[in-house]
Amino acid sequence: MSQEYAPGTHPSLPPPRGTTGPIHWLKENLFSSPTNTIVTLVIIYLFAQILPPMVDWFFSDATFVGENRKACTTDGACWAFVGDRFNLFIYGFYPAEERWRVNLTGILLVIALAAVLWDRMPARKQMFIYALAFPFIATWLLTGGAGLEPVGTDKFGGLTLTLVVGITGIVISLPLGVLLALGRQSSLPIIKYFSIGFIEFIRGVPLITLLFVASTMLSYFLPPGSSFDLLLRVLIMVTLFASAYMAEVIRGGLQALPKGQLEAAESLGLNYAQAMRFIILPQALKISIPGIVNTFIGLYKDTTLVIIIGLLDPLGIGRASVAHPDWLGLSSEVYMFVAVFFFISCFSMSRYSLYLENKLHTGHNR
Amino acid sequence: MSTTSYNSNPILRAWYDKETRSVIVQVIAMAIILAFFAYVINNAVINMANLGKDISFSFLWQPASYDINQTLIEYSSRSSHFDAMIVGLINTLLIAAAGIVLSTIVGFILGVMRLSNNWLTQKIAYVYIEFVRNVPVLLHILLIHGFIIYSLPRPKQAINMGDTFFLNNRGLQMPSADFQPLFWAVTATFVIGLSFAIWYRRYAKKLQDTTGKISPVWTISFIAVIVAPLAIYFLLGSPIEWDVPALKGFNFKGGMVIRPEFIALWLALSLYTAAFIGENVRAGIMAVSHGQTEAAHALGVSSSRTLRLVVIPQALRVIIPPLNSQYLNLTKNSSLAIAIGYMDVVATIGGISLNQTGREMECMLIVMAIYLILSLLISAVMNWFNDRIRLVER
Repeated sequence: MSQEYAPGTHPSLPPPRGTTGPIHWLKENLFSSPTNTIVTLVIIYLFAQILPPMVDWFFSDATFVGENRKACTTDGACWAFVGDRFNLFIYGFYPAEERWRVNLTGILLVIALAAVLWDRMPARKQMFIYALAFPFIATWLLTGGAGLEPVGTDKFGGLTLTLVVGITGIVISLPLGVLLALGRQSSLPIIKYFSIGFIEFIRGVPLITLLFVASTMLSYFLPPGSSFDLLLRVLIMVTLFASAYMAEVIRGGLQALPKGQLEAAESLGLNYAQAMRFIILPQALKISIPGIVNTFIGLYKDTTLVIIIGLLDPLGIGRASVAHPDWLGLSSEVYMFVAVFFFISCFSMSRYSLYLENKLHTGHNR
Repeated sequence: MSTTSYNSNPILRAWYDKETRSVIVQVIAMAIILAFFAYVINNAVINMANLGKDISFSFLWQPASYDINQTLIEYSSRSSHFDAMIVGLINTLLIAAAGIVLSTIVGFILGVMRLSNNWLTQKIAYVYIEFVRNVPVLLHILLIHGFIIYSLPRPKQAINMGDTFFLNNRGLQMPSADFQPLFWAVTATFVIGLSFAIWYRRYAKKLQDTTGKISPVWTISFIAVIVAPLAIYFLLGSPIEWDVPALKGFNFKGGMVIRPEFIALWLALSLYTAAFIGENVRAGIMAVSHGQTEAAHALGVSSSRTLRLVVIPQALRVIIPPLNSQYLNLTKNSSLAIAIGYMDVVATIGGISLNQTGREMECMLIVMAIYLILSLLISAVMNWFNDRIRLVER
């Protein structure tokens, strides 16, 4: 018996049997061919062998609370150091009674970041001005002076140090990178070759040699009698390092723009500065945002290198813990803890960059 | 009216002329750059004069008086700082070369796994790549080094692999080869086999171009390069004597040892870089449109030949440029050796020599120059390779 339908009103039929559902998914993705089946079975077997002992080591047999290594009597991991040294991981050697300043800076940082990164922030224009003022507020809060107890930068450490180095580096290197990228594209040979020389020199040497320069010989080049503390010298070198990489990212954005954009701007009577400001840079920077975030992730990871010249970021605190009599030799646990910390922060940043990439990729959606 | 006022002012007139303006801007820029360098160098001269220092590279010929734990050439604490630098440079080159080889192999495997049609394989590669590349490379180095030093057994309880390899917290003990005089025959066979294989490859290509006949290049090359030298080796009665390590007291005697610093640095750098290479490889393979494979199949080309002749050559064009920068990164990251005491060029001339002689300026200049030259060399090789496989257009 068949029912009559007016054209276009027939309800959709269910998909044929065996083309949906979990069984079909398994068939398609795990057992589609003999080789595939063998691979799947081997992997499952290996997991069954490896996972239970790992879970035991990480969780079931692990010790989570304790004063020192002697508290860890079980076979599993010894996570007790995390509770013992957590404050060190966050604040470094910042004086305990002044730590509220670090916390306050952290809260202000989140607000400033939200203003920059979240495009539906209420009153975004005003918040942008606040974000521009934030670095000065943060410097005052962290180093003290003008009413606050001064804290030497040698007390900075842990996550605080990572964020100070990473954010200073990225914030200052962005305008420098734009200038260098424009310089590299410039038609004026002196400016062009100076930019190329600077960028290629910085990209050709490892960051660690630049940090050595900061720690051993940068003071020679500064005015006689002046003394910059180590953190400031490191910040100078890290900023120069990041600006060279930033310049290359932005150059990519500039090169992706068709030449017609600049020609159109010039034919409208805009001079170089106006054309760059209103036509070229807004488009080029938009294209380069994912690359800029990736540069930031790289810089954030590279801040760990400061431990080689004696500053203590989370990894440095971890390395000191491994050598500390209370926790001597707990290397795997300590480094895994620090690794998880870095993974969480870097992974979320890379997700953000992916989200931006999708959001900004409007060219083909008509 | 305004135009006359522009024209009457010669400075403004010069400014509105594009050529003149670019000269003016460049002269100003040059002046600023020169002034900056003059200021900085003047500071350095004054500061160094205050400290009673000068710039001289003669310290390079003085005895270094420190020991290096891994030396591939003759070196003792009586050798000069220059020798220490060469030893360090060789160690850097060794770790870079070993790292480039391993990271390429692992990276290509990861890239192919990411595209596998087995869901589990895909996800394993994904989780590995995401975890490894979001953790700083220095942390990888310290983690593996710490694992070897603290978690592996002492030499007495070393992990025994077939009585020839022993893994313990002092590194990997392995047999060392002592070449007998007759070994030259094996080397000669290998060289002849290699030249034959290269000649045969060209010959086969010419043959295919003229007649369309396909010759078994791979099988014949394999026989010439691998099987023939092996056959000669066994015919001559194995002219290598292996010195197998054995436990004597608290440590191993005989054989050779790969030190924990080398293993940690090598594995960490390679596995870290491999995660990035894996993503590059995946992107490269995905950049080859599926239509290419379908077209090759429609022409009756077999699957393996499609992969070798159609997909891989096109994918390589996308993969090589980022691969180049990964190799550069790996080489530069090898400078992190200093964190675990592997004696590379930074740790020797830029570390101990610098601290002993107090010649910061000279040592850092040498180290930077070495890395710049290395970067240029790697880029040159990769650009040459890139030019060879590039799409030739009209």
